Amino acid sequence: MTHLESTLILDDAGVRRALEQMAGEIVALAGGTEGLVLIGIQRRGADLAHRLTRTIAEREGAEIPLGVMDITLYRDDLQTIGPRPVVGETRLPVDLDGKWVVIVDDVLYTGRTVRAALDQLADFGRPARIGLAVLVDRGGRELPIQADIVGSVVAAAPGDRVDVCVSELDGRDAVELVRGGKQ
Amino acid sequence: MTVLSLGKDLLGLEPLSPDQIRLILDTAEPFKEVSERPIKKVPALRGKTIVNLFFEASTRTRISFEFAEKRLSADTVNVAAQGSSVQKGENLVDTARNLEAMRIDMVVVRHPSSGAAKFLAERIRSNVVNGGDGMHEHPTQALLDMLTIRDRMGRLEGLKVCICGDVSHSRVARSNIWGLTKLGAEVAVCGPQTLIPGAVGDLGVTVFRRIEEAIEWADVLNVLRLQLERMKAGYIPSLREYYRVFGVTLERLEHAPRDILILHPGPMNRGVEIDSRVADGPHSVILDQVTNGVAVRMAVLYLLAGGRPELADAAKGTDRGGGA
Repeated sequence: MTHLESTLILDDAGVRRALEQMAGEIVALAGGTEGLVLIGIQRRGADLAHRLTRTIAEREGAEIPLGVMDITLYRDDLQTIGPRPVVGETRLPVDLDGKWVVIVDDVLYTGRTVRAALDQLADFGRPARIGLAVLVDRGGRELPIQADIVGSVVAAAPGDRVDVCVSELDGRDAVELVRGGKQ
Repeated sequence: MTVLSLGKDLLGLEPLSPDQIRLILDTAEPFKEVSERPIKKVPALRGKTIVNLFFEASTRTRISFEFAEKRLSADTVNVAAQGSSVQKGENLVDTARNLEAMRIDMVVVRHPSSGAAKFLAERIRSNVVNGGDGMHEHPTQALLDMLTIRDRMGRLEGLKVCICGDVSHSRVARSNIWGLTKLGAEVAVCGPQTLIPGAVGDLGVTVFRRIEEAIEWADVLNVLRLQLERMKAGYIPSLREYYRVFGVTLERLEHAPRDILILHPGPMNRGVEIDSRVADGPHSVILDQVTNGVAVRMAVLYLLAGGRPELADAAKGTDRGGGA
């Protein structure tokens, strides 16, 4: 295997600043914390959503309900990629009807994950509004989906990979662009 | 990293590796939650057609498979031997090939002949799931038993599980022995000598002749259904005698050195192999087994349906036994 060139986009402090900015924007987008629910997409989106709720709690003094969602069973590519070895947990702690839901994920790429997440949410209830917050938007959309809140924009080519590391899973926080790494 | 896969079919637990069995159990965990959702359905198998081909009476297994299929959004058709072309003398392969000509994707088959599922799997392109074949295997039953035990006890490795009753005629017993021993449990069997196969020790299991000894030893009892036909065939003197000697009763469990988990694959004969007070008591996980059955079958169908393309191509390309 050839060595791939990797560029650091955000370091530890960069990820922290991006998340702090995103937390502020989420509250502004929802017009406060009333009825706000964050839902992280497994796995790294779930960790990021957890941190965003902590930041919002510190600043606003409000506990935001946090859900996690695994969208594997709503994917449209079961036939081509085969089943993911293990499907993660889906846990939505509150009734979503009438809520202001913000979906949180690490990387926005083709938009297919978000499409699956929207389908899954529709089976759980009818939120008043649904927004999307991502740490990285790397371009390359295959569906008409855009994020409302973006921590960092990375110009990645189709053959590149964007890696998001979170300390909960990877022992450190970072965003890296791997040229020719294939997402 | 090699991605684990089950291949084309699930015919039994004997051919599976411990990792493949763990994959099914781990995949079943998140599927439990799907059945708790307001809309108990995910689109994973949308557009797949599954035929439940049941040549033997079944309520629990057939309904459980059907729920699993519907909760994965597959389209399902049930074919029972009664009232179908099977009754007119059509053989198994012709029935299945005719179904396949209608472009189906999977077959769940239950058949009174041991080896029927394998026979079918070698002759059709669709994925085949063994829903019980003769006295051979009933893999999804053993998987749901194992999931239920693992949930309650936190592990399978090192646990002592005794299978009680008519082991000779039981596909549930065979699948349980394969699956449990592969995942590191200690397995024993207990029952009248006429209903315990002579060579069962070759599978690495201990034999208890007295139910009291089994209760003394075990962490888990999996109590098999005693088919009432066995009495007519002369394997046991009478049902009352069986209950007196081998029945899992509250009085016997009170002498157990530890709390024993009680499983039963159903349908139960209350007052024959199991005391009603035990079946409905605090140690019984019989209804958990039924709940877990749906999740395990969802996991199996999901893993087979998503089978990696190269495996699916290999299975289709070689025209397996097409001319046989």
